[in-house]
Amino acid sequence: MKMTRTDRHQLASAALFLSPWIIGFTVFVALPAILSLYFSLCDYSVLTEPVFIGVGNYTDLTRDALFWKSLWNTILFAGLALPIGTVVSIALALLLNSPMWGKGIMRTIVFLPSLVPLVAMGMLWQYLLNPEYGLINGILQPLGLASPDWLGDPSWTKPGLVLTTLWGTGNAVIIYLASLSEVPRTLYDAARVDGASWWQQILNISLPMISPVIYFNMIIGIITVLQIFALPYVMMGADGEPARSTLFYAMYLFNQAFTYLRMGYASAMAWILFLLIALLTWAGHRASRRHVHYGGA
Amino acid sequence: MSATRQISKGLVFAAAAGLAVAVTGCSSGSSDIREDGRIVIDYWEKWTNFEKEAMQRIDDYNASQDKVWVNFVSQSSLERKLLLATSGGNPPDVSGFWSYALPSFVDMGALQPLDYYMEDAGVDGEDYVPSIYALCHYRDHTWGLPTTPASIALHYNVDMLEEAGLDPAADLATLDRFDAASQALTRSGDDGKYDQMGFLPTDPGWWTPMWGMWFGDPLISADGQELTCDSPESIAALEWFASFTKDYDYEKMRLFESAHRGQFASSSNSFMSNRMAMKLQGVWMASFIETFGPDVKWAAAPFPAGFETGGEPVTIVETDLLVIPRGAEHPREAWDFIQFVQQQRNMERLCLDQFKFSPLREVSEDFYASHPNKEIELFRELAESKNAFGAPQIAIWTEYRDELGAAYQQLWTNPGGSDPETLMRQVKERLQPRLDQANRAWERVREDRLAAWSARP
Repeated sequence: MKMTRTDRHQLASAALFLSPWIIGFTVFVALPAILSLYFSLCDYSVLTEPVFIGVGNYTDLTRDALFWKSLWNTILFAGLALPIGTVVSIALALLLNSPMWGKGIMRTIVFLPSLVPLVAMGMLWQYLLNPEYGLINGILQPLGLASPDWLGDPSWTKPGLVLTTLWGTGNAVIIYLASLSEVPRTLYDAARVDGASWWQQILNISLPMISPVIYFNMIIGIITVLQIFALPYVMMGADGEPARSTLFYAMYLFNQAFTYLRMGYASAMAWILFLLIALLTWAGHRASRRHVHYGGA
Repeated sequence: MSATRQISKGLVFAAAAGLAVAVTGCSSGSSDIREDGRIVIDYWEKWTNFEKEAMQRIDDYNASQDKVWVNFVSQSSLERKLLLATSGGNPPDVSGFWSYALPSFVDMGALQPLDYYMEDAGVDGEDYVPSIYALCHYRDHTWGLPTTPASIALHYNVDMLEEAGLDPAADLATLDRFDAASQALTRSGDDGKYDQMGFLPTDPGWWTPMWGMWFGDPLISADGQELTCDSPESIAALEWFASFTKDYDYEKMRLFESAHRGQFASSSNSFMSNRMAMKLQGVWMASFIETFGPDVKWAAAPFPAGFETGGEPVTIVETDLLVIPRGAEHPREAWDFIQFVQQQRNMERLCLDQFKFSPLREVSEDFYASHPNKEIELFRELAESKNAFGAPQIAIWTEYRDELGAAYQQLWTNPGGSDPETLMRQVKERLQPRLDQANRAWERVREDRLAAWSARP
């Protein structure tokens, strides 16, 4: 089909309107991404000319114990933070969705901490998790519960960080709340007529109906948690103290790039992380076909 | 249609204007001459707090002449920003710098040597305390000149030692007696927890990777080719370090340590709050005690060594430097400023304000008499010692430091879980290939670099 003069003109106009994004994407995303792929095949330290070494960085990574340690730390943390974060935020959303006094204030209180900047949050939680003076152990001790050295004992550092990240769960709660409010009342009415308990209603109506939102939050959560950086960097130092128990993948990548000045090695790490996230997102998408119900929200 | 055309034209104009702004913004040079004709040089410095205020002494330089104006910019994460700015061809004219990072930046060709400038100005390495000047010198060239140097010493609480019946001169002189003193100063409160401790080798832990130096290991061979962290001296350092996990109640000790973690510039600092009797700290500590623990009665002494020192006390030295990055637009003006700072009067004012000692050999009597740090002469003597160690001058020092630190922490957090020999062997196995790789990378560019550095600017 031949384009008319008007079509051509409209196409040009459309291209012009799109051009800021296209230029921005090309210059600031696509080009650096392609360059980083090339640098991942080089011995490169930013200030010196890149020297092509083939897959040398990738083979070195397979032998790098710290690479595996940081990857394991990240997966372990994700394995704790994601399910706990999801359960807590859904539970809070269900609670805040139920008829209760001061619902609006309670919702605000739950959401507010997620507005606190990460660095401030990290500093604050350093005090809260202090084993001797901290509020958390101050609550646990009188109850006769273990009062661990959250940030000093390598076996407790990840749970300590998970606890900290729960503070920022307000965003997810708001999304779940919005989704829960969209579930038709008639479904609950019908279930009650059939004698369904509160728990059965949650299990058979609420959760299936908000499953697309759970799926969305899980995917975003996977992407976010695998790139965790700022919070442990502020709270535990660049090397993931103590004994590198909190040295996460993105921190090790950052250290390689900007502390040890091995940009090629860091680029290789970045591409592996990209592939890992893409793989997990794909797996999540596959799993969603069975478990996500698109009839509701 | 005409509206679409007009919008299209507007967009084209906006894009062109944006591009023009971007291009103009990326270039430098348009603002490097002031209205009064002075050349403006950018000076990046890493300090915040009182050290930053001290660096404002550049006002003196600006007032001293009418050719150059120094534009002071305080930067966080200075090394990273300097690296990226130099890589982008738009570095500052002069920059503050840490001495430990010098080798990696030099090997990458990020700095300009100062030899010819020094020669022309009659500035000589002999003018400086040898251990401090050695930190500025690498691969036979001088890359920066010191501003405020530091050494570290044992700070102790006079009242707590007196109360325990300890004599600092005798009880802090040898490592064995020091360990005994530390135990004597440790006591539990009514709740069974330690409410006071003598000393902890992890508090604040800034020099933990370098404990080997107190046992006589410089951590690198003399030719810079081999890591020596598996030497008997370093193993002895780790064994001494690990002895704390056995000589004290481990749980109580860790609880005490954790309670004060990350609280250096705070009245909750274990030393400022009269809970830790002795602490290894740098020359700047006096300033922090003045601010956060003004009631603490303190003094300082050399930290006892774990080897035969021949009467020369052991310390770690480091210094802040002024360097000229590669690609700096006004290197001569930058040198003029550096030279101004190196003049005895200016250097002493700067060091007084930062509570530090002067790196210059010549020191005026007034300097010590008016210095706010009562132990300043001790810190200077320590820097003059033959056993004043600097960070190993190798390009991979930061990586080596982190690896050593992690090994020490492994020993600390999991006592009995690993032994010093295995840990140090692992560090060496991991890092020696990296050092070899860095040395090979240097060999590839050696000829070019040496030729470039030998050329008169």
